[in-house]
Amino acid sequence: MLIDIGFILGTMFMYATPLLYTALGGAISENSGVVNIGLEGMMTIGAFSAATTSYFLQNPWIGFIFGGFAGALLGLVHAVACVSYRADNVVSGIAINFLGPGIALFLARHFFGGTTHTKILDLDKKMPRPFDGVFEQNSFFDLILNQYATMFIALFLVFVVHFVFYYTRVGLRLRSVGEKPTAARTVGIRVVLYRYGAVIVSGFFAGLGGSSLSIAIVSHFWHPLISGQGFIALAAMIFGKWKPIPTMFACLMFGFSQGIAVFLGRVIPATYTELVSMIPYALTLIVLVLFVRRSRAPSALGGQVDE
Amino acid sequence: MTETDAVKLTNITKRFPSVLANDNINFVLKKGEIHALLGENGAGKTTLMNILYGLQRADSGTIEVYGRPVSIHNPNDALSLKIGMVHQHFMLFEPFTVIENIMLGREIHQCGVLDRKKARKKVVDLSESFGLTVDPDSYISEISVAMQQRVELLRILYQGADILILDEPTAVLSPQEIVEFGAILRKLVTSGKSVIVITHKLKEIIDFADRCTVVSRGKVVNTLSVSDVDAHALASMMIGHELQAQVQSHKNAPGPRLLSLQNIYAEDDRGHTAVQGVTLDVHAGEILALTGVDGNGQREIIEVLAGVRKASSGSILLRDQEIQNYSPRMLYESGCANIPEDRHKDGLVFKFTVAENIALRTYRNYVEGPFLRFDKMNHDAVSLIQDFNIYPADPMHAVGEMSGGNQQKVIIARELVDNPEFIVAAHPTRGLDVGAASYVQQSLVQEKERGAAILLISFDLDEILQIANRIAIIYNGKIIAVKSASDLTREQLGLGFAGIAE
Ligand SMILES: Nc1ncnc2c1ncn2[C@@H]1O[C@H](COP(=O)(O)OP(=O)(O)OP(=O)(O)O)[C@@H](O)[C@H]1O
Ligand SMILES: [Mg+2]
Repeated sequence: MLIDIGFILGTMFMYATPLLYTALGGAISENSGVVNIGLEGMMTIGAFSAATTSYFLQNPWIGFIFGGFAGALLGLVHAVACVSYRADNVVSGIAINFLGPGIALFLARHFFGGTTHTKILDLDKKMPRPFDGVFEQNSFFDLILNQYATMFIALFLVFVVHFVFYYTRVGLRLRSVGEKPTAARTVGIRVVLYRYGAVIVSGFFAGLGGSSLSIAIVSHFWHPLISGQGFIALAAMIFGKWKPIPTMFACLMFGFSQGIAVFLGRVIPATYTELVSMIPYALTLIVLVLFVRRSRAPSALGGQVDE
Repeated sequence: MTETDAVKLTNITKRFPSVLANDNINFVLKKGEIHALLGENGAGKTTLMNILYGLQRADSGTIEVYGRPVSIHNPNDALSLKIGMVHQHFMLFEPFTVIENIMLGREIHQCGVLDRKKARKKVVDLSESFGLTVDPDSYISEISVAMQQRVELLRILYQGADILILDEPTAVLSPQEIVEFGAILRKLVTSGKSVIVITHKLKEIIDFADRCTVVSRGKVVNTLSVSDVDAHALASMMIGHELQAQVQSHKNAPGPRLLSLQNIYAEDDRGHTAVQGVTLDVHAGEILALTGVDGNGQREIIEVLAGVRKASSGSILLRDQEIQNYSPRMLYESGCANIPEDRHKDGLVFKFTVAENIALRTYRNYVEGPFLRFDKMNHDAVSLIQDFNIYPADPMHAVGEMSGGNQQKVIIARELVDNPEFIVAAHPTRGLDVGAASYVQQSLVQEKERGAAILLISFDLDEILQIANRIAIIYNGKIIAVKSASDLTREQLGLGFAGIAE
């Protein structure tokens, strides 16, 4: 029993990790007033870049950071479109979602002899697990805590972003820009600058989210790796009311139901596999609809400003 | 001697696509003076001040600050020249606290981490030394508009401005608060600051300004010393002709009870009981003024009557029919009209044209199959634009690009267009110039004489005493007195505002 709980919680943390990065990225962009549904595409390019760099340089950390930079590059594209050229945020986001996988597949073919996936990393070239071997194998604590370093970094970043949002000058200004850009301008805040920064950082986070999949949870990139996680992260951010800590809980909630699904998948006959794999989505929806009240988006979300 | 001039604007011209907002304007603010800027709605006052504050660029003209030619490209330039501005429409952030709002842009911090404690101390010190009472830790969404006004003022003081631009700062203040505000301005100039104040209330100008400049249709009409003029002369200078005599109000006998609030309780956004058992009857053919210091439950009553806030108990009868749970549309269809308090939030769709905003109420008249007859809509709007003297007189003009006073006229035109039976008018003349204000008051009186029941929410004592039949004073969510207007004096009203009714 305790072992089962440990298994479910461990699975929860594992699945929640990429969502955490990406959802935080979403929160950063949207708190500055720019809608970012391009997270999916940013995750994809991040996952690919991380897997490729890690493979060629044989170092997961460089790969991880590189994945972030790749996402940031798409973030820059989104910022140019939405902030400088005043494109509709959603349209630009959709374009990013085509652009990300497109570039990833093209480059995969280029680097890996015509295949659409990257080569599998050696086990010791993946992200390390800081608590590996600390606890007895498959014991309760081992199941929960023996996670990839990316998971701990993600949780840490939640609190970093929370701190930046609510305790620093940058955070206050960022939120003011997303709330009422004209008013922010009247007190001398550079709205365009803040929006650029936020969208680029948002891409960086989504890129990290993709990396945490391709070089930790699995060990290579292939086409359907991301398949919708960017959107789930976006949903988690909305359920988390655009705030880092509630967003974390929404991500964990999703990971938790994923954990239950995986657990049930092991004990329930194979004929029900599809039904079981619906559980995370259904459960998440039900819990969040029932327990999350009234979320309030930043007022100027998706709007344009004059400078 | 140029150092005596804090600001000197020379030949400022600014053209918008449809209007020449500033036409070769010359303006001088002397050091240590309070200079009033007057003019009709749409005369170009805000535009001129936006240029000085760097929010808009003049097409031509020069700006000198303390005798030095400067170029101001954005608010940051203005702020570093110690120019501060309180805008006609609040520039506050609802989900932020008072302190956060005040320090934003000039934060007190240590390596980027906000020092809220120090900021709080600075705010509290300023607030005490100028007598501007605020609740430093409240969120903007929780405080009254009067307090929001004080937050705006504190903000520019906090920013350390020496040259203060105040664009209609008294529009949302009660008479008592305006007196206090005048004293604050005096304090400011004695401490070496110079103030430009835009207002439509001529009495205030006489009371606390040193000089005034009148603009009309983008041109300066005259700059003169306030001691040389009276309110009447100013008014006619402003509108270019003599102001018609006072609003004509016949004391017609009110008809039967039309609307009745019975023992209404309602909560505010924070969940406090803001309205505590209000009972009021409004009769056909009368204007009942509901007055009191802002934040005593008026907002909640207005919202309950507009169908956007639920009363927690009590009943509302329209012609003896319960209308508590009516949606805004049902209220409209049963003959209710509503001039909301906050024209930006509840009154207008900014990106829509004048005609479309007017048709928000009556759009069903223009339905033809699945289509809307925009030609008819614009045609009808033209006549309202003429009636209400809306400027620019173009039904296709986007409301967001109009001057504040003209936006207000659009709302009033829309709400009065189809002879409503019951009208809630919340501060209907807020931000209107004297001519427009008396036109609106006259319109309300006409509606009353036609037989409409009107609930006027206002704290403009002149307005209330002039057009209301009866006056109800609200304090702390309770009605503390209902009197015939002719039985009340300004002094009694003032006491009533403080919660004292004999
Ligand atoms: N952003 C804009 N785009 C186009 N026209 C504008 C814009 N801002 C103002 N105008 C026009 O410029 C003119 C002057 O407007 P302004 O806001 O300066 O008037 P105002 O004197 O402040 O009036 P009020 O007393 O009503 O506030 C108006 O005719 C208005 O329609
Ligand atoms: Mg104005």
